[in-house]
Amino acid sequence: MEDDAPVIYGLEFQARSLTAQTAETDAIRFLVGTQSLKFDNQIHIIDFDDENNIINKNVLLHQAGEIWNIGASPADKEVLTTCYNKTSDSRVVSCAAVWRMPTNWETGSHESPDDSAHNPQTLELLCHLDDSAHGNAACVLWEPMGDGKRVISLADNHVLLWDLQESSTQATISSTAMLEGKGQLKFTSGKWSPHHNCSQLATASDTAIRGWDLRTMNQIYCIDNAHGQLVRDLDFNPNRQYYLASCGDDCKVKFWDVRNIQEPIKTLEEHSHWVWSVRYNHSHDQLVLTASSDSRLILSNMVSISSEPFGHLVDDEDLSDGEDNHQEDKCKEPLKDSVVSTYEEHEDSVYAAEWSSADPWLFASLSYDGRLVINRVPRTLKYQILL
Amino acid sequence: MEAETPASEDPGRKRRVHGMLKLYYGLNEEGKADEEPQSLDPCDINGPHFDPEHYLNKLRKECSLAELMDQETCMVKQIRSLDSDMQTLVYENYNKFISATDTIRKMKNDFKKMEDEMDCLSANMAAITDFSARISGTLEDQHAQITKLSGVHTLLRKLQFLFELPARLNKCLELQAYSQAVSSHRRARCVLQQYSHMPSFKGIQDDCHAIMDKLAQELRQKFRDGGSSAKDLSECVELLLQLDEPAEDLCEKYLNHAGSRLELDLQSLEAEIRPSPPGPALKDSSTRRPSPSVTVGSPPDGTAKTSALPSPSSNTDILEFIDRGCNEFVSSLCLVITSYQELFVNHAQTGELASKNIPQMANSKLHAFVDDLAARYFSLVERRIKEEKGVADNSLLVRALDRFFRRLQAVAKLLPGSSVPQQGTEIVIRAATERVKQYLAALQSFYMDSLTDVRQALATPRLSLAAPGAGSHFGGSTSGRDAPSSLPELLSSLSASILNQIKSVLASVHLFTAKDITFSNKPYFKGEFCCQGVRESLVVSFIKFVCQSSRQFCESAGDKGGSTPPALLLLLSRLCLDYETSTISYILTLTDEQFLAQHHNPVTAVTALCAEAREAAQKLLNHYVKVQGLIISQMLRKSVETRDWVNTIEPRNVRAVMKRVVEDTTSIDVQVGLLYEEGVRKAHSSDSSKRTFSVYSSSRQQTRYAASYTPSAPMDTNLLSNIHKLFSERIDIFSSVEFNKVSVMTGIIKISLKTFLECVRLRTFGRYGLQQIQVDCHYLQMYLWRFVSDENLVHFLLDEIVGSSAHRCLDPAPMEQSVIEVICERG
Repeated sequence: MEDDAPVIYGLEFQARSLTAQTAETDAIRFLVGTQSLKFDNQIHIIDFDDENNIINKNVLLHQAGEIWNIGASPADKEVLTTCYNKTSDSRVVSCAAVWRMPTNWETGSHESPDDSAHNPQTLELLCHLDDSAHGNAACVLWEPMGDGKRVISLADNHVLLWDLQESSTQATISSTAMLEGKGQLKFTSGKWSPHHNCSQLATASDTAIRGWDLRTMNQIYCIDNAHGQLVRDLDFNPNRQYYLASCGDDCKVKFWDVRNIQEPIKTLEEHSHWVWSVRYNHSHDQLVLTASSDSRLILSNMVSISSEPFGHLVDDEDLSDGEDNHQEDKCKEPLKDSVVSTYEEHEDSVYAAEWSSADPWLFASLSYDGRLVINRVPRTLKYQILL
Repeated sequence: MEAETPASEDPGRKRRVHGMLKLYYGLNEEGKADEEPQSLDPCDINGPHFDPEHYLNKLRKECSLAELMDQETCMVKQIRSLDSDMQTLVYENYNKFISATDTIRKMKNDFKKMEDEMDCLSANMAAITDFSARISGTLEDQHAQITKLSGVHTLLRKLQFLFELPARLNKCLELQAYSQAVSSHRRARCVLQQYSHMPSFKGIQDDCHAIMDKLAQELRQKFRDGGSSAKDLSECVELLLQLDEPAEDLCEKYLNHAGSRLELDLQSLEAEIRPSPPGPALKDSSTRRPSPSVTVGSPPDGTAKTSALPSPSSNTDILEFIDRGCNEFVSSLCLVITSYQELFVNHAQTGELASKNIPQMANSKLHAFVDDLAARYFSLVERRIKEEKGVADNSLLVRALDRFFRRLQAVAKLLPGSSVPQQGTEIVIRAATERVKQYLAALQSFYMDSLTDVRQALATPRLSLAAPGAGSHFGGSTSGRDAPSSLPELLSSLSASILNQIKSVLASVHLFTAKDITFSNKPYFKGEFCCQGVRESLVVSFIKFVCQSSRQFCESAGDKGGSTPPALLLLLSRLCLDYETSTISYILTLTDEQFLAQHHNPVTAVTALCAEAREAAQKLLNHYVKVQGLIISQMLRKSVETRDWVNTIEPRNVRAVMKRVVEDTTSIDVQVGLLYEEGVRKAHSSDSSKRTFSVYSSSRQQTRYAASYTPSAPMDTNLLSNIHKLFSERIDIFSSVEFNKVSVMTGIIKISLKTFLECVRLRTFGRYGLQQIQVDCHYLQMYLWRFVSDENLVHFLLDEIVGSSAHRCLDPAPMEQSVIEVICERG
């Protein structure tokens, strides 16, 4: 069983931000935001045709500035948020805004593919998520599986919870929280937990990971020195509510049980430089994707701490006796955590990696030089998990 | 028959004359024949084979007339003297013959007189015999009467003894002469038994019984009181046995009694184990020093004593304790065993009691008794040994164990088949293994202590020792951060002290197998102790511990940002490497030699340990690189993150942080150079020297900028760098390093520059910001290439940094290369 070759797509500009179009569950679609100080920045809509192994792209202009973070609404395919840098009067300011894609971007691109490069359509601004009182936005988080009405933005040392009203054209701050402490504390990134009725948030700042209760806006836990150096990213296990993965500049990926924050339950040290992104697979949480500035993308199979440590127990019950025994024999073999595969298609630091929202076996990674690589989980592993 | 000799003749001549005469008469004395071998010469006038004819002819032939004449006169003279000699002799012999004849005649007369006297004597003897026969005939009647009378007398004496027996017994009882009483009674017992049908005897017998019962009672009482000495006691038992007491009871009682006394010994021993006020301990240490052998084993200087003594909570040291145990408990136990065996086993075997299986019963009782007591004794000894925690003086313990063991051999000899010596051996073995464990712990704590010392030594900078070369280029601001020059000293002193400690521990442990120690020839001490005990659980465990603790330094320090000083990591890494190359095999060879271990069981191979040590060394060095890299990274990151790069002023200087980076790198270089070899660099290209280097970099960078700053070609942005990347190898930033200076430095610089790159990419630059980065990078380029194995690596990373900052620049106008050079050279 040979695996399909990775599909590579090159952007003209440098890029850091990547997201899957969360609300889209049929087409495999990723959004990439570019970084350029001299030209108009773009949002590339990358459509992947799984059957033909072809990439279709559409470009939308994002004239406000270079994009550092991008987030797609979980409810409305056409709504997205960006964090961008704006330079004015030789000052660089980070802002966040909610945008709507033009409705006809898809049709337009199909008719004249060449045209889109020359006359790209522009994003329609819905509202700014800015507040003069609070500083530079580092990232914007949509409420997972929500109705697209609530977002959180992390600005310097503030957590801002926004309510979007009137078709997202108006945003009001419903509550805030502030990180207090010595020095200039700044949030690096964060993640909205999909568990507990979406009432929890985890943030990374310096070497610490903090948990927040959104109902009271109070800190509920704090993992000090979670990493030896800066914590770059974190992600919640989609199936196990207390499990959290984090990565950072100490080249490590750590898995935490937030009920016991003294020690990580698992640590991976596969990368040879800072790890910038960690992502659980949405349906099979043993699959973990990590992207690092050593230009590598690593797919790990963390069976021991996944929600299905012994394979598909549910399926086993349906099997006939003979097969059952066979299955049991298989289960008795100790399952080991392992690196499934290391992807070396990138030649520059990989800052982002995302799973597709439509196909759980497919993921994209983006390196600084603007190279987007789409890969699939190796078939053997896929069948091993499924069967 | 002595010959009268003429006085005028000398003895020599007389002798010759004698000889010649003897010859003449053919009397050849055999004894003297050899003395003068007779000449066979026919011309020898004195020889037996003399031939006159021959002689004459010879003379006539050889001699002149005058000589012949002389010869003749001489001959005549000799003949004459011979004739006179003969006459004298004949005369002498004649006289003797006559006197002999006279003597014989006289004897004949004497014998006749003697014969008469003998006849008279025989007549007298016959008369005496006759008289004697008559006398015995008359006395015969009276003799028979006397014999009968004497028989009656004896019987009467016996009867009297019987009649007096009760009284006598009573008296004996009064006087406590028990043995006499018993022997008297024994003598009378049979008779009394035989004649018990007669009322008078019956009476006596009853009396006797009553008295003897009383006596037995008294004996039993005495026995039970237990106040008497062992000898008394055994006598007592002997008597009771003779009195037909049941042997089993006696055994029981005897053992009980002995047990109670041994119990006292045990209690006094136990009292010594119990914690006691320090008073006696002090007194003890000053006054008592047991047995001269101590002074032989180790000179009991004050330090050894004080270090050995305070550790146990008891007031005597272990040797004294064991001594006391041996002298009091074991020897009395032996005494009990001997006397018991004498009484119940040996004695009974010969006596009439043998039939009753008494020896077997007695033996089994004895065994149970000894086992029970010994078990308690052993538990005490073990408790005492457990208290022996201080490892200062092993010889004391070994000698104590030796004594303990040796004394038990006595028990073994006395009581073959007992499990006591076996248990004793086990105790010794346990003590030995326990001791080995303690030594391991001591070694480990010693190691940790010396590490703490090293840490302290590293923490207190020794400025006077700071390397003169370090940072001389940079205004001598090394600040003695890690006191670099002391590192090799620290390393050598550390490894030497560890090695010494190991050696001394080995020497101490070696005492267990010394030839003069009794238990050393037990198979355990020959085989398993050497192999499993010393080699595996002491030496190998220690080495493993060293490796493990080293690895722990990497792990624990990893998250907390390096609580371990980097210099310590470096030092430990070198230590582990040294272990790998030589020390481990040396230590193990030493151990094997000292303990002559025959490895029956598989043992940890030297190679496995070496691999472990190497792994530890590698890990430590990697960690060192990481920590040092992070320290520099941190500086660079702060410097990039905290500055407003958009609104910065035109660069006039290299930023101070860059100088600091170069300084630190230099001092790290010096530090590493103290412990590690230089290592190999890639062959320097001809442009490595500073001057040509700047040409090289300027030409290269300008080409790149020319391409990237063309605004009309956004696609070309990364072209050159991408092409470069295509052909250059992927750089692993936090990768494993080799054991040499260049590799270590390359690792540190890689980490630092990569951090610089990533930080730059997160920022936005103004025109002067970019120029500042250009200046900084050029400065780094000037100094850092010399540290790394492949200078292209530095070039590549610095190009990336400048390239990235150019991309992140709002107004990219690069500085003139010449200006950059001027600024950098100004410092």
